[in-house]
Amino acid sequence: MIERLGASILDGIFALGNFILFLVNSVVYVLVPPYKLRLAIRQIRIIGADSLFLIVLIGAFTGMVLGLQGFTTLRRFGSEGALGTVVALTIVRELGPVLAALMIAARAGSAMAAELGSMQSTEQVDALTVMAINPVQYLVSPRMIAGIISFPLLTTIFDVIGIWGGWLVGCGLMGAPSGDYFNGIAAQMDSHDITLGLYKALTFGVIVMWVSCYKGYHAKRMATGVSRATTEAVVLSSVLILAADYILGALLL
Amino acid sequence: MTPETNGKTTGNAIEVRGLKRSFGRQLVLDGVDLDVPAGQIVTIVGPSGCGKTVLLKHLNLLLRPDAGSITIDGTEVTRLRGAAQNSVREKFGMLFQAGALFDSMTVFENVAFPLVEKTTLSRDEIRQRVLETLAAVGLRGMDAKYPSEMSGGMQKRAALARALVHSPKILMLDEPTTGLDPTRTGAIHELIRATQGKFGLSVVMVSHDVPAVFSVSDRVAFMHQGKMRLYGTVEEVMGSSDDEFKRFLAGRASGDDLENNQANS
Repeated sequence: MIERLGASILDGIFALGNFILFLVNSVVYVLVPPYKLRLAIRQIRIIGADSLFLIVLIGAFTGMVLGLQGFTTLRRFGSEGALGTVVALTIVRELGPVLAALMIAARAGSAMAAELGSMQSTEQVDALTVMAINPVQYLVSPRMIAGIISFPLLTTIFDVIGIWGGWLVGCGLMGAPSGDYFNGIAAQMDSHDITLGLYKALTFGVIVMWVSCYKGYHAKRMATGVSRATTEAVVLSSVLILAADYILGALLL
Repeated sequence: MTPETNGKTTGNAIEVRGLKRSFGRQLVLDGVDLDVPAGQIVTIVGPSGCGKTVLLKHLNLLLRPDAGSITIDGTEVTRLRGAAQNSVREKFGMLFQAGALFDSMTVFENVAFPLVEKTTLSRDEIRQRVLETLAAVGLRGMDAKYPSEMSGGMQKRAALARALVHSPKILMLDEPTTGLDPTRTGAIHELIRATQGKFGLSVVMVSHDVPAVFSVSDRVAFMHQGKMRLYGTVEEVMGSSDDEFKRFLAGRASGDDLENNQANS
């Protein structure tokens, strides 16, 4: 009984160690030649450019919902003029990075875990190793670069679209004063709010790539292995995104 | 420590001595010895779960043994890491059981891959080498296809072309004919024999195709429960009176084997 408990604790520690080593390796191999620039650009297209429409869509709706709810709440206090500040700060500090990361995890992270998982189960990863090509450097590091570049850019686009979405509903439909909307943002939002949001996006980018690649790379070599890896990639990414969001928010308040 | 042997003087491309490996409590390789003489085709046969694929994964350095030594082309490889390990790997070509072609690339890109990644050849030279190799395995004109658009036999040949394109000294084949009909099996065997003769390769092959595979082999090794039970020329092994081998040839598993397989799965 105690022996079994000890063994499972040891297994857990080993797994955690592997998980962290995987991140260290994938980052180290970004810096070590040969550089895989072409692969990184391809991944930026897959993670970044191909997610653009989704991000614009989610950003617009998030802003519109905030505009609607923010306006009805603020009107009770007679402070519709603060709508711009409320929408912009909520989106830039919290919702932009978190929602964008969750959407990319669901869209690109799952696909990545499935792709690496099926490459593992059909021995394509072993084939790379036997050809004297480091599979982490070839498969994971380009995705890590792509995540680090794409997430902040997509988050910024999400923020801008969201703020315009809030304006569209709050000012266009509900009749909040348009001048106050933008003046409020200009007066209340400083560069710290923006950098906080970008730090979060950067962190989430690393988390999603790390978790998705790790889960795919270590998928069990069977059909259910790939599906499980995909599910776990999305679930663990989402949990870690929200946990990191709280920690970063508390540290960088 | 295990004795250091020099492959060049003994004329062996690969020498395995006392190789042991277990996964958890299961001992999969129990002191395996094997010599692959340079320029010969050695085929490893045995019931499923006997450890032959695990042995092959040690030979191509995907796994590390618990004990024992592997000497490839005069170099002891079991303790190598990083660049030294890679320079040994560049000496061999490997055909995986399912082909392991990169499905995001065309056949041409797949076969060109080792050259693009590992050599400084110009585009024209690479193109020429790839088309020559594809022609040698009978896939002329298939270079623009994706692996998913080809039959299993063609995928195996494309994978063989990829294993051969960088002119390796040693070729490792993991069940090159599994899932193919008898005609295609014969064709692949002929292709293996022809390329071996043409390039003077040393070949290690794991196969289930008994006795068809014996016609292309110089030597046969019969593995059973993690041990090398028989090893010798085709005639020697075929003439052996070993009970387990006879049972294996006749397609009857012993009770021990079945238990062993269940423990493996």
